Amino acid sequence: MNYSDTSIVASTAAPFLSLESVRKTYPGVVALDGFSMEVRPGEVIGLVGENGAGKSTLMKILGGVTRPDTGTITVDGVTHDGLTVEASLGSGIAFVHQELNLFENLDVAANIFFGREPLRGGPLKLVDRAKLRIMVAPLLKRVGANFSAAAPVASLSLAQQQMVEIAKALSIKARLVILDEPTSSLPLAETDKLLDVIKALKAEGISVIFISHRLHEVERVADRVVVLRDGMLAGTLPKSAINHDQMVKLMIGRMLKEREKAAESARAPGGVALSAKAVRTSAYPDRPVDLDVRHGEILGLAGLVGSGRTELARVLFGIDERFGGSVLLDGKQLALGSAADAVASGIFLVPEDRKLTGILLDLSIAQNISLPNLPAHAKRSLVSASAEVATAEKQKANLGIKAPSVATRTGTLSGGNQQKVVLGKWLAMNPKVMILDEPTRGIDIGAKAEIYGLMRALADAGVAVLMISSDMEEVIGVSDRIAVMHEGQISGILDKDDFSQENVLLLAVGKKPN
Amino acid sequence: MSKKDLGLLILILVVGTVVAIINPRFLLPINLANTSNLIGLFGILSIGQAFVIITGGIELSVGSVVALLGTLFIDFIAVRGMDWPLAFVLIIALGAVIGLVHGWLITRLKLQPFVVTLCGLLIYRGVARFYTADGTAGFGFGQNFPDLEFLTAGRSYGVPNSFIALIVISIVMWVVLHRSVFGRYLYAIGKNEEAAKYSGIRTGRVVMAAYVICGVLTALSAIYFAMYTRSISPASHGQFYELYAIAAAVLGGFSLRGGEGSLVGVILGTVLLQELQNLVNLLGIPSSLNFAVMGGVILIGVLVDQQWGVFRARRQMLEATRKGVAGAPAE
Repeated sequence: MNYSDTSIVASTAAPFLSLESVRKTYPGVVALDGFSMEVRPGEVIGLVGENGAGKSTLMKILGGVTRPDTGTITVDGVTHDGLTVEASLGSGIAFVHQELNLFENLDVAANIFFGREPLRGGPLKLVDRAKLRIMVAPLLKRVGANFSAAAPVASLSLAQQQMVEIAKALSIKARLVILDEPTSSLPLAETDKLLDVIKALKAEGISVIFISHRLHEVERVADRVVVLRDGMLAGTLPKSAINHDQMVKLMIGRMLKEREKAAESARAPGGVALSAKAVRTSAYPDRPVDLDVRHGEILGLAGLVGSGRTELARVLFGIDERFGGSVLLDGKQLALGSAADAVASGIFLVPEDRKLTGILLDLSIAQNISLPNLPAHAKRSLVSASAEVATAEKQKANLGIKAPSVATRTGTLSGGNQQKVVLGKWLAMNPKVMILDEPTRGIDIGAKAEIYGLMRALADAGVAVLMISSDMEEVIGVSDRIAVMHEGQISGILDKDDFSQENVLLLAVGKKPN
Repeated sequence: MSKKDLGLLILILVVGTVVAIINPRFLLPINLANTSNLIGLFGILSIGQAFVIITGGIELSVGSVVALLGTLFIDFIAVRGMDWPLAFVLIIALGAVIGLVHGWLITRLKLQPFVVTLCGLLIYRGVARFYTADGTAGFGFGQNFPDLEFLTAGRSYGVPNSFIALIVISIVMWVVLHRSVFGRYLYAIGKNEEAAKYSGIRTGRVVMAAYVICGVLTALSAIYFAMYTRSISPASHGQFYELYAIAAAVLGGFSLRGGEGSLVGVILGTVLLQELQNLVNLLGIPSSLNFAVMGGVILIGVLVDQQWGVFRARRQMLEATRKGVAGAPAE
C-alpha cells in the first residue's frame, strides 16, 4: 500500500471539483440542503447514503442536468452557479451509470466512439475502421480490458461492459469519473477487476466518485467517504476512519441490528422441503445439480454470475424447461411444466429483475398482489375489487409498503416498496418454498434490513427459503447454510461454522475450502 | 366510460351534427337503419380483433375468414341443403378451430402473430376461391330461410337485428374483458407477458383463448355478412375487413403493443368509421376517396390523442409545482 504517498499528493493539490453550500429543492422536498464537498485530483471518494438521501440530485447537478437553487460549483478553478451538460462534459466529468448505456449489437470500438467515429474523406463519410482501432487500443489497455475491441458488447460480461463504459469516459479525457452503483450487479471476481480499474484511474491522477450500497467495497477503494443523509452532509470519514459500522451509523443516524437479528434462527431446521435431484438446466445441460432446501432454513446460494444459479431457480419455479432430473416437494415428485404448476404447489419466486418479471408496473398494488391468486378473489369468475383491496391492505400493513393507497400504480413506487409488493403477492398465498433471486439489489439499507427480517420470519414459520445473492456480506450474514455454485454445479455446502468470505470465494471458483 | 371514450363519443356526435346540417338525409330512418346494420356487422368483427390486440397480437386473416366461412355457409344451406342451425353451429366451430390453430402456432410454436395471420389471410382467401372455382356463392331463385333472414338481416321495431346482436355481444364481452378473471389476465399479458408468466398465469392458454374468441366472433360476423350480401364472390368479399377492425380498435384507444383499450372504445371506433363511410356517400365526396378519408381521420385521431396526453402530463407537472406538492422525485 502506498497510501501515504497518494494522500500527500491529494492533500497538496488544489481540488478539481468543489461544491459550496449547494441547495436544491423540488416541490415539497429539499433534495440537497447546504451541501459542500471537495474532490482532489487522483482522489477516490466513496459517496454513500440511503435511497432518497440526495445522491441522484447531486449527480444531476454534476452532470448539468439540473441547476442548484443556491450555492456554487467550482470545477478546475472556474466557479459556476450551475453546470450545463456541455460545461460538465467539457470540464472532464464523465458518468458510468448503474444501467449501462451501451448498444449491445455493436462492437466495443463502435460503442466507445459512438457519434464521434473517425471518418474517411469523400462524400460517403465512411467510418475509418483502421484509425478507430488505433484510437481504441490504448483506452482498452488503460482499463485493463481482457477482451478485443471487435467483440460485440452483447458477448461481454457485465464487468467487461462497465470497462467499456469507463473506456468511453476516458476517451473524452475525463478528469473525474463518477461511478453510480457499478458493482450492484457484479459478482465477486468481477468486482475485484472493477476496483482494480478504479485504482488504475487514481494512479493516473483521475478523480473518482464511487457511489455504492456495498460498503465493504467502498471500504476497499475509497480515500475518503462522504455520507449524505436527508440532503445534508452527515459526515466525512478520512481513510483511517472508514469502516462499515461508521458508515452505516452516519447513513441512518443509528446502528443497525436487523441483519444480526436476521442471522439468528429461532428454530432448528426441519425435514427437506424442496429437493432437486440431478436437475439439469439450460445453462449447463450436461451438469446435474443436487440441492436440498429444508423447512425453516435460509439456504444462501452463492456463486459467480453465470454459474447457473438463476437458471436453477427458474427451473425450480417451472419457468425454464428442465433438461433432466426431478424436483421433489416434501418427498413428492412435481410435474413443473410451467410457473403455474410451481405456484399451485406453493413454490414461489421473487425474480432477479423486479421491473421486467417481478411486477407489472402499470397495474396497481392490489392488482399485482391478487394476480397469482385471482380466482380466489373472484365470484363466479368475476373479479371482486373489494376482495383484492382487502388482501392488499393486509399485505401493505404487514410489509409496511409506503404508498398513498393500494390503488397506486406500482411503477411509481421506490425499488424497496416494489420489492415488498412482489413479496406481498406471495406472502398472501402461504408459501412452502420461497426462492429469492438477488432480493435486495438496488434497495436501500433500511428496506434491506426489513427484507432480511421477513425472510427470517418466513423461515421461522417453517418455510424453506432459498436466497440467491452476489452480495457476500448478505450471504454470510443472513444464511443458515450456504451452497456455492461453480459452472453449473454445487461445488460445496458450508455450515454456519465454516462461513467465511474466503471459503465462499474458493468454492465459487471451484477450489476446496480451507 | 373513460375520458378517451367520452372524447370519441363527442367527436361522433359533432361529425353527425355537421353531416345532418349539410345533408338532412343523414337522419332519415332508412339511412340510420342501414348505418346501424353495418355498425352491427363490423362491430362484432372488431370486438374479436380487440381481444387479440389487447394481448399484443394481431389478427390479419379476418377478412379472408369472412370470405371463406361466408362462402361455406351459403354453400351448406343453399347448395347442400343442410339445416341452417346445423350449418350455423358448424361455421362457428370452424371459426373456433381457425382461432385455435392460430393461437397454437403463436403460443406453442412461438411464431409471430403478424406472420401467422398474414399466411392465414392468403390461405383462406385462396381456399375460398378454389372452393367456388372462382365463381360466386349465392342463393337459388326463390330460396329463402325466413327465420335465419329475420335474425340476421331483419329488423325489430325498425332496429336492425344485427345491431341488437352487437349490443348483446358487447354487454357480454364487456363483462368478460373488464370484470372477469380472464379479462384481467388478458390485460396483464398485454402489459407484460413475462411478468404475468412469473405470477403463475398460464399465458399460452389465455392468449390462445383470445384467438379462439376472435375466430368465433369473426365466424359469426361472416354469417351476418353472408346474409347481408346474399351472394359472395370470394375474390373480393371481406377484403380489407381486418383493417376496418384494427382501425376501429386503434381509434377506440387500443395500443398495438397490447394491454390498453376498452370495449366501449372499440364500439365507438366502429361507429365513427361507419359514420365516415356514410359521410362520404351523403356529402357527395367521390367514393374513390373513401379510404383516404378514413386514413386521414384515424391519423388525426391518434395524433390528437397522443398530443393531448403530452399536454395533460405537462399540465399536471405545472399544477404540482404550483401547489408545492411532492410531485417531483426527491432523489
